[in-house]
Amino acid sequence: MIVTKPKPFRKIKQFTDPHENILVVGCNTCTAVCLAGGEKEAEQLAARIRLHRRRQGLGGSVETVTVLRQCEHEFNEEIAEMVEGRDLLLSTACSIGPQALAERYTGVRVAPAMNTNMLGMVKEHHVWSEYCVACGDCGIYKTGGICPIARCAKQLFNGPCGGSQGGRCEISPDVDCVWQQIHDKMVSLGLEDDLKKIMGPKNWSWSNHGGPRTLKKEGFQP
Amino acid sequence: MRSGSTLEKVLKAGAFAVTAELGPPKGADAQVIIDKANILKGHADAVNITDNQTAIARMCSMAAARLVIDQGLEPIMQMTCRDRNRLAIQADILGAAALGVKNLLCLTGDHQSFGNHPQSKGVFDLDSITLINMVKDMRDVPAFQCGEEITMAPELFIGAAANPYADPFPFRAIRLAKKVDAGIDFVQTQIIYNVEKFEEFMAQCRELGVSERCHILAGVAPLKSAGMARYMKKRVAGMDVPDQVVERLSSATDAQDEGIDVCVEVIERVREVEGVAGVHIMAVEWEESIPEIMKRAGLKPGSASL
Repeated sequence: MIVTKPKPFRKIKQFTDPHENILVVGCNTCTAVCLAGGEKEAEQLAARIRLHRRRQGLGGSVETVTVLRQCEHEFNEEIAEMVEGRDLLLSTACSIGPQALAERYTGVRVAPAMNTNMLGMVKEHHVWSEYCVACGDCGIYKTGGICPIARCAKQLFNGPCGGSQGGRCEISPDVDCVWQQIHDKMVSLGLEDDLKKIMGPKNWSWSNHGGPRTLKKEGFQP
Repeated sequence: MRSGSTLEKVLKAGAFAVTAELGPPKGADAQVIIDKANILKGHADAVNITDNQTAIARMCSMAAARLVIDQGLEPIMQMTCRDRNRLAIQADILGAAALGVKNLLCLTGDHQSFGNHPQSKGVFDLDSITLINMVKDMRDVPAFQCGEEITMAPELFIGAAANPYADPFPFRAIRLAKKVDAGIDFVQTQIIYNVEKFEEFMAQCRELGVSERCHILAGVAPLKSAGMARYMKKRVAGMDVPDQVVERLSSATDAQDEGIDVCVEVIERVREVEGVAGVHIMAVEWEESIPEIMKRAGLKPGSASL
């Protein structure tokens, strides 16, 4: 899923203080699952903003609405009436959400309440780890089902660097060395000889280095 | 001959090679390079010119390499994948070759989080192995990575680094073998204090035929103090400093003198290891110690006997 993390409240204040009629727009997909910006969190954030504004003697209103998926206009359409008369839409979705709102509601300023961190998976309760960088050319068949592009600090293609120690990455004892994991997995599968083959330079043109990507499903008739 | 560098001639003649390290300054002062080069001249066959070492911005290795050439010393220009993509790397390689650089050491590079610009964007378009392969093709085909022809090939003696102390240990010799397959001519190892483990690594290298297919230079370094020994042991990933070495430095009355002795002993031991073709002395910011180390080890640059 797309993993998001709320921005610090001091940033949120900077966005909201100059505005009068604010609508906090929650999103009930990824950001809700990672306990950051679903309906509940959007309401909590709105309450905090209201409290802050009362203390600061700022007037206006702060209301909340939550859509199923902010990354689809179909769902954003449903809140048109709520958006009416607002001068700020504060989105608790990943960065796609506020961009989608800005696209649909062209006359209103939008602000992100979240930082979009990564494409990750749930490792345990309240812990997410990065597993994908959307490079556009998945090569994990060759690396034991583990991605070194997303999970190695240096995006190495050909095995662990000289800083791998005790299963940990040289950048931090809190970071696993993914090449140790790939090595162990390939050995356990009896595929260690595959790691002796040189993996050539990656084609980054399929990633965002090739420019912004648009995907069109071939043969699809609306 | 790949490049006809002094280092290549020494190694191909079977003489014991000595390389050292010269770190460019954090400033534009050419005199720093000139002074260091003159300390090292006559004591090494070639000197590594580091490339933004430990991700700290410094004078570029290409300019420093040329300044070293002007002093009559041979550079081994280091090239990392951290700060440049394949376009910039190839451009720099052609430029370096045009300026007379004949040895190139291909590295992935330390992660930018270690350096003085931790907010920078790491490039890592290539890794050390794909870099080696690209340089080999630039020299031998000769072609750019994209396949387009190069009009005049950069003649380079290609090197890499290897760390016998990193994990997973069984993969270290295999990874070096991959670098050989990719096209290296020589390799310099991480600093050795644990000679037993290095011997084990070398046995694996011999088994894989690595020592026959590339020249292996054992990395050594003088420790300046017990504090430095402890720091390297605890804080530097991929370093193996045995307790006994730390103790020797802490109990010595003259730690620097003892540090040089430890280094000399390591040199004497690794010289005897089958497949070791030379030593790489990394006296970072202590270049003056090298003449003394050479003297105590009874070592002369291989080029002195050619």
